[in-house]
Amino acid sequence: MSDHSINAEKYWQANLRLILGSLVVWALASYGCAILLRPLLSGIHVGGTDLGFWFAQQGSILVFIALTFHYAWRMNKLDEEFGLQE
Amino acid sequence: MDQFTINLLFVGGSFALYFGIAFWARAGSTKEFYVAGGGVHPVLNGMATAADWMSAASFISMAGLIAAGGYANSTFLMGWTGGYVLLAMLLAPYLRKFGKFTVPDFIGDRFYSRTARLVAVACLITASVTYVIGQMTGAGVAFSRFLEVDKNTGLMIAAIVVFFYAVLGGMKGITYTQVAQYVVLIIAYTIPAVFISLQLTDTFLPAIGLFSTHTESGLPLLQKLDEVVRELGFRDYTADVDNKLNMVLFTLSLMIGTAGLPHVIIRFFTVPKVADARWSAGWALVFIALLYLTAPAVASMARLNLVSTIYPSGPTEQPIEYAERPDWIQTWETTGLIKFEDKNGDGRVQFYNDTPAFKDEATTRGWNGNELVVNRDILVLANPEIANLPGWVIGLIAAGGLAAALSTAAGLLLAISSAISHDLIKGSIKPDITDKGELVAARVSMFLAIIVATYLGMNPPGFAAQVVALAFGIAAASIFPALMMGIFSKRVNSKGAIAGMLAGLLSTLVYIFIFLGWFFIPGTANLANTPDNWLFGISPLSFGAIGAVINFAVAFTVSTMTEEPPKEIQDLVESVRYPQGAGGAVDH
Repeated sequence: MSDHSINAEKYWQANLRLILGSLVVWALASYGCAILLRPLLSGIHVGGTDLGFWFAQQGSILVFIALTFHYAWRMNKLDEEFGLQE
Repeated sequence: MDQFTINLLFVGGSFALYFGIAFWARAGSTKEFYVAGGGVHPVLNGMATAADWMSAASFISMAGLIAAGGYANSTFLMGWTGGYVLLAMLLAPYLRKFGKFTVPDFIGDRFYSRTARLVAVACLITASVTYVIGQMTGAGVAFSRFLEVDKNTGLMIAAIVVFFYAVLGGMKGITYTQVAQYVVLIIAYTIPAVFISLQLTDTFLPAIGLFSTHTESGLPLLQKLDEVVRELGFRDYTADVDNKLNMVLFTLSLMIGTAGLPHVIIRFFTVPKVADARWSAGWALVFIALLYLTAPAVASMARLNLVSTIYPSGPTEQPIEYAERPDWIQTWETTGLIKFEDKNGDGRVQFYNDTPAFKDEATTRGWNGNELVVNRDILVLANPEIANLPGWVIGLIAAGGLAAALSTAAGLLLAISSAISHDLIKGSIKPDITDKGELVAARVSMFLAIIVATYLGMNPPGFAAQVVALAFGIAAASIFPALMMGIFSKRVNSKGAIAGMLAGLLSTLVYIFIFLGWFFIPGTANLANTPDNWLFGISPLSFGAIGAVINFAVAFTVSTMTEEPPKEIQDLVESVRYPQGAGGAVDH
């Protein structure tokens, strides 16, 4: 294997790890807190309702925005680290 | 000035703006017609994507469904935003690197097969046409209201406007027009919401107002709403759902459908660099979230205002008399989207949840059935009127609703026409077609798609947002898995991809058609669309997620049993993974 392809392989693995981590957060916010775990979180009150409701109608959207920008920022840095930027 | 004139001024003014921009930036070549020369800034592209994305379903229909369903319909909010996370990480940058025009281009090349390309075209057209039906439904509602005509007449007018609008510009015209449309629609959505939030909660931002105190009663807004709807026999607004499986699958179906919709994906071909494709997805989500964070507030506040209008002294007192109903109810009655029937003959408007559980209470109060039927798709458009806001706000929301419906319908028609003219005719049937012939074919296919969508839009298989949700299910089950496997697996071959797409598409379509009628033709459903009939309680709207699982499973199984993809395809997969050397969208 040439240096170039080892490097590329590392870059791809780093990308996959980042995606996996982001997807765990993505699923926890939406399927977790907003839907499946809502009964567990019902003790935490937010403005006339509970935390699960807040996640379903507001929180998860904010998490999605943060995730998307975080991914773009991290990947663009990774491109530079590996010398793969355009 | 009367309301009709004000509406006409706002709608006319905004249309003049869009047509002006479309004309100024009209497409000269086939390449510009599809991808705007590959030179649009990420923020502008994000805004255009947001306009393209937020359709009649988001603008006109969604808040009405949330108002009616409460917490249970949060699925729309999460599903239609969460998909951008998938798009940003799993598809957009790599498809940008691949650098062709369309989704079937990628599938055809990656799976080195003309059949795969044709199957992708079929999936794309099925999803897009279903989506356009939803748009036409919504646009029909908006036109019928602001021209004060019957809903089918409104639908015909919408069809004519959409056709001329989409034919005039290609992607380039549409990109700049859509930036203008985004601005119009977000202002139109936000201003009434701010007014209403101030009225009800003294809070400027509707998203904060939703979780604030209801000024009049001193209770938290959502708690007040729960109490009010409970008095009328409805489920609590914030009540949890019993069928969590269906809620999860529906949300998932909307999310992966988002990432599989051709007219959204095509947006990421129009940015200069791979890095910009990533930023674009983020910006698109920000601009979408501006509306999506406001929508749940609009929903709960409109529900509360609706009940207060019908029961001015509270839900335990007498409702209003029909003769004294507000003007907005009268105008909507002319469209046929609000219906009143005085079942107990007392001249008052009884509006409640007519269920066996509420029967005794209703009988005690001398009620003989719910008398007011309000179509859920009108709630957002009627919202400023329900809250007695000034006439210009009502004109503004009419303009915004039409902007939303038109921009998406145009984007979808473009995706359909490029699938037919570029992928089907040029890519398979008649490769030597001239540029001019291709444009003609594109326009003819737009025309046909509108005819079909208008016909089916007269008796839509659901409210606008529900029809659109079906389109997402179809995209989720067919296109998304093929794209994802094409990028993340070198092992999936043409046979696997074709079998997977067909299995996903057909299983989802059959499940939908069984409950909603074959090809959505009214009266052809095999089973009533009720939870009792659904397989494991999975609604036809949620089945896309199952279809996607079937697609993945079939594709992997078939691929492992057949030969590996050729070396050059594995190299192609390798190359889309790294941003270096993306270049411009390649002409071919």
